Amino acid sequence: MTPNGLLQIGVFFLVLLALTKPMGAFMARVFEGERTWLHPALRPLERLIYRLCGIREDQEQRWTGYAASLLMFSLASLLLTYLIQRLQGFLPFNPQGFGTAHAAQGATAMTPDLAFNTAVSFTTNTNWQAYTPETTMSYLTQMAGLATHNFFSAAAGMAIAVALIRGFARHSSEKIGNFWVDMTRATVYVLLPMSLLIALLLVSQGVIQNLSPYTKAATLEGGTQIIAQGPTASQEAIKMLGTNGGGFFNANSAHPFENPTPLSNFIQILSIFVIPAGLTYTFGKMVKDTRQGWAIFAAMSTLFLAGVFVAYPSEQSGNPILSSLGIENHATATQPGGNMEGKEVRFGITNSALFATVTTDASCGAVNSMHDSFTPLGGLVPLVNIELGEVVFGGVGAGIYGMLMFAILTVFIAGLMVGRTPEYLGKKIEQKEVKMVMLAVLVLAASILLFSGTGAVVQFAKNSWLNPPGPATANLGNSGPHGLSEILYAYTSGTGNNGSAFGGISPNTPWYNLTIGMAMLIGRFLMIIPLLAVAGSLAQKKVVPASAGTLPTNGPLFVGLLVGVVVIVGALTFFPALTLGPIVEHFLMLRHQLFSLLVFPVWS
Amino acid sequence: MLVESQSPTVNILPTKRRRARPLFDPPIVKRAVWDSFVKLNPITMMKNPVMFVVEVGAALTTALVLRDWRVGAADLGFTFQITLWLWFTVLFANFAEAMAEGRGKAQADTLRKTKTETIAHRLKNGSKVENVAASQLRQGDIVVCDPNDIIPGDGEVIEGIASVDESAITGESAPVIRESGGDRSAVTGGTKVLSDQIKIRITSNPGETFLDRMIALVEGAQRQKTPNEIALNIVIAGLTLVFLLAVVTLPPFAQYSVSATGAGKVPGIAVLISLLVCLIPTTIGGLLSAIGIAGMDRVMQHNVLAMSGKAVEAAGDVNTLLLDKTGTITLGNRQAVEFIPVEGVSPADLADAAQLSSLADETPEGRSIVVLAKEKYQLRGREVAEHEAKFIAFSAQTRMSGVDLDHRSVRKGATDAVIEFVKELGGAIPPRLTEVTDHIARSGGTPLVVADGPKVLGVIHLKDVVKGGMHERFDQLRAIGIRTVMITGDNPLTAAAIAAEAGVDDFLAQATPKQKMDLIKREQAGGRLVAMTGDGTNDAPALAQADVGVAMNTGTMAAKEAGNMVDLDSNPTKLIEVVAIGKQLLMTRGALTTFSIANDVAKYFAILPAMFSVTYPAIAAMNVMRLHSPESAVLAAVIFNALIIIALIPLALRGVAYKPMSAAALLRRNILVYGVGGIIAPFPGIWIIDVLLGWLHLA
Repeated sequence: MTPNGLLQIGVFFLVLLALTKPMGAFMARVFEGERTWLHPALRPLERLIYRLCGIREDQEQRWTGYAASLLMFSLASLLLTYLIQRLQGFLPFNPQGFGTAHAAQGATAMTPDLAFNTAVSFTTNTNWQAYTPETTMSYLTQMAGLATHNFFSAAAGMAIAVALIRGFARHSSEKIGNFWVDMTRATVYVLLPMSLLIALLLVSQGVIQNLSPYTKAATLEGGTQIIAQGPTASQEAIKMLGTNGGGFFNANSAHPFENPTPLSNFIQILSIFVIPAGLTYTFGKMVKDTRQGWAIFAAMSTLFLAGVFVAYPSEQSGNPILSSLGIENHATATQPGGNMEGKEVRFGITNSALFATVTTDASCGAVNSMHDSFTPLGGLVPLVNIELGEVVFGGVGAGIYGMLMFAILTVFIAGLMVGRTPEYLGKKIEQKEVKMVMLAVLVLAASILLFSGTGAVVQFAKNSWLNPPGPATANLGNSGPHGLSEILYAYTSGTGNNGSAFGGISPNTPWYNLTIGMAMLIGRFLMIIPLLAVAGSLAQKKVVPASAGTLPTNGPLFVGLLVGVVVIVGALTFFPALTLGPIVEHFLMLRHQLFSLLVFPVWS
Repeated sequence: MLVESQSPTVNILPTKRRRARPLFDPPIVKRAVWDSFVKLNPITMMKNPVMFVVEVGAALTTALVLRDWRVGAADLGFTFQITLWLWFTVLFANFAEAMAEGRGKAQADTLRKTKTETIAHRLKNGSKVENVAASQLRQGDIVVCDPNDIIPGDGEVIEGIASVDESAITGESAPVIRESGGDRSAVTGGTKVLSDQIKIRITSNPGETFLDRMIALVEGAQRQKTPNEIALNIVIAGLTLVFLLAVVTLPPFAQYSVSATGAGKVPGIAVLISLLVCLIPTTIGGLLSAIGIAGMDRVMQHNVLAMSGKAVEAAGDVNTLLLDKTGTITLGNRQAVEFIPVEGVSPADLADAAQLSSLADETPEGRSIVVLAKEKYQLRGREVAEHEAKFIAFSAQTRMSGVDLDHRSVRKGATDAVIEFVKELGGAIPPRLTEVTDHIARSGGTPLVVADGPKVLGVIHLKDVVKGGMHERFDQLRAIGIRTVMITGDNPLTAAAIAAEAGVDDFLAQATPKQKMDLIKREQAGGRLVAMTGDGTNDAPALAQADVGVAMNTGTMAAKEAGNMVDLDSNPTKLIEVVAIGKQLLMTRGALTTFSIANDVAKYFAILPAMFSVTYPAIAAMNVMRLHSPESAVLAAVIFNALIIIALIPLALRGVAYKPMSAAALLRRNILVYGVGGIIAPFPGIWIIDVLLGWLHLA
């Protein structure tokens, strides 16, 4: 680790800390329907949306109605995106003619399974990209089909989080809010204005924003190069802010048109965390005890810093096998040292490790470096982050509701130890809550493990339409433990609605498109529905007044417990799989074993 | 002060157990061992998902052993040992449950002996007596009981008064009085009339009597899982499923790894089952029902009959404790503590007059005046008969009592009554009298004015004496977050003074049954759980409304039916102990769950390196315990997992140690012991077993 690296991480965290309260307080006002300083400008727009859509602003829903609205909205927008992709050849803003007869050579065909995978991916806030955007998607598809989802899926996540918070904040109430109103407010007051601001900041750093056809440039060697163009900055802002992560270009935030400077990089990682961090304060504000919010913030920060300080030193210390070959591994005045493979020189090791940690802590999935090229432990961090449920600040909304789910579990186990029926924020945690929380935990584990397990051994017949014949593992770029990490990462990323790719896998086959598509649907909706049920059940309960006999949930002890439960539940579930992937790879690396077939008698 | 401490303990924890048996009573152990095998029946096992998984695993490995034995496989010894220990795991859990049940069963047997077939003398058409078997009695029948008759069923005395030996139910040998009308009319089947004839109206049908219910309760025959127990079961069943997923997806990952390296093989069924059994929360899964049964049993040992486990659990959650002042907080009777003469009267004269007026006064207050006069002024009791004394008893109209003798009329009584008496005789009222009486009233005492004819002598200070140690108890309750509310019929002034002296948090003065009910409902509307004790019929609605209602055994049948617990000793203070037991019950569950999950960390470090030692030799770095062979590592983890259940049976049966302290302090302590301890303990444990296995050449 270098002083410069530590300084950069420190500055990032302090700026995040400073933004949490203003951001959170603002969002609390927005979701409580109070006036904010943006109201004079945006209230007319909000009302216009209600009038156009026939939404009754004052009519609240039960959890079932809330969940039904969410599902209907998601299904409708999923179908729309599927259609836009399939019909992009007949639609405007398609200068490259994707989906038509005169598409350039090398353009990817928009197959039904790819369109399904992509529509699911953007609806679920995953933004897994099985395609290369600049050779597959028209500008209209990117803007109307994908960028809109960047807003809506993020707003939906915030709405669900707010509904769950209302479950804690209210008592003896049947209703948990109105999905349409929450969606609209999240979009109009939070996502739109902030995206505008961030897009402008990014443009100032050199991010492109145009509708031009691709540029044909003559290179110095005399060859020609196609340089992709497009409305990037507008999509880039919401990609980060909404923890979507779907890049305008295949190289995502490593592409100089998406993320040209260290400053733009800083803005991007900050944009990922700013809303999720703010929501912890919103939570505290809405349950009328801001210390509860800060406790959640502290737990998230602990896990975040733990992740950074595993990933960053691992990357900075590099690969001992290379150093044994005489390659300088230490940072010097002229070179960064460590493991620079797959990293952009303008970001270096600190900002790549930080970006990888942040993007997987949150369910963002944007990348500015190749996670596949990280050291085993450096790559373990993003994988574990997602497997913990992306509760370290997490996706917009998804992070806080995921963490509250763990808080319920923590309170249940720890609460018994103080000799009372467990309570969280005065709400008794009983059968129904526990059942729903366990269901969510189980669903995540089942999706990741069963799909990965199948992916590790499945074989395809000669004329299978699902995949090229032979084992599914033939799609992998690496063998040995690293190959297993690649499979595991793909399904983990899908289930966790992260969308980042470890890389090293060719996922655009019907098999991967369909299975990862299903993993994304399971990871999003089978988690959200139980949580909304919890919200509905909590809202109905009375509030038990706190006393000396109540487990305090706003102190360091609870923060420590919460972190412990998140880590232990995650670690115990995925430990066997991780052992055969990155962990054993790490030990092999320490023994200077590249992946080999040598067998040593260990036990003797 | 005349304060006698009647409460020997200030600790709210149960200290004395009346029917305490040693934890491992030989006959109980013997029966429990047998029961452990009976409980292997898969149909009963299925109620416990965690242990059922272990049983299925054990059955699978048994089949494997049989197959290996026929083909003569090389690792037969290993598979056999694994199988053996898996069965032990199940048996140990069964043994824990059987032990917990055994104590109740032994008690039920004793009770059953008292439930001998009794002959009842039933009244037919109101006059003729016919003899029928007790089991034929129906609700509404009228029976006659003579001395030495066993009362044939639960009922209400409708005629007569008798002393009854209730030791069969309460274990208390001193007879109690049962009489028609009032709050002492309830009799229980199986108890014995010692003197006099009574007529009883039977109030329960056969099979539903108190004795039947008691037997069923202590036996745990109708035991229903409590809400928290069900929720906890969901968590551990959920975790079991998660680990099942982790284990069933291991072979594909292993298959991938094996074909990538070309070394080693995919772990066999026995090893996979071992891993699964070690990971699923068998410790808490195996002990959960034992903890619940033992909790009920602990309540029983305090001579409290809880009608459901839910009630005991609710006791741990109680936020507000309603305690009757009289008999619970105070000794029950007001006592004289001071004689305050008016100006011009010597204290001895006042004491003399006070004593004189009380000599024939058999009320506790009257007796306490005589006692005080004797202790403070050495005034002995006098023989007053020869003075042709005429005693005037207290009545609600006169509100005075006293004595007329030798042309003196000495009176003591309520301030205004005595003042009127004195004025009628033409006497003067000393100017400072009302000052003194008001002062006493404000301090929570009762002033009794003493007059000798027209002359006012002074005031006797009667005081409600708070039981010793109550203040400390209420402090402890406050520390664990429980609010105490004193219920009294006194006026608010008196109530406030006693409340302050006893250290309760709040009081309800001049309480009527309705006000009591309203208070309970108000507390419940605020999300609080309320516990109370009661004995009278007018307490019944409140007992039913309260979350924990403890009826006194001396109380009416209506009260006993309404409450969810019956205190056989009729000691209202015991409510506090029941709360402690409820808390201990929940704490024990939480502690063992935490311990069980924390244990998994070490087990991974034992088994995973063993599984893949050939495929990835580099994985030896994870073998932090340096276990000597893969077989021994797996076996040691399985053996540790089984033995920990046995080792924790005493803890499950006794409950974790509990001292009243704040939730935060409790949590810190328990996390340290069961969380951190749970992570660390298995490392040396598994290592020692591994060493022993090597030493014995078992693996």
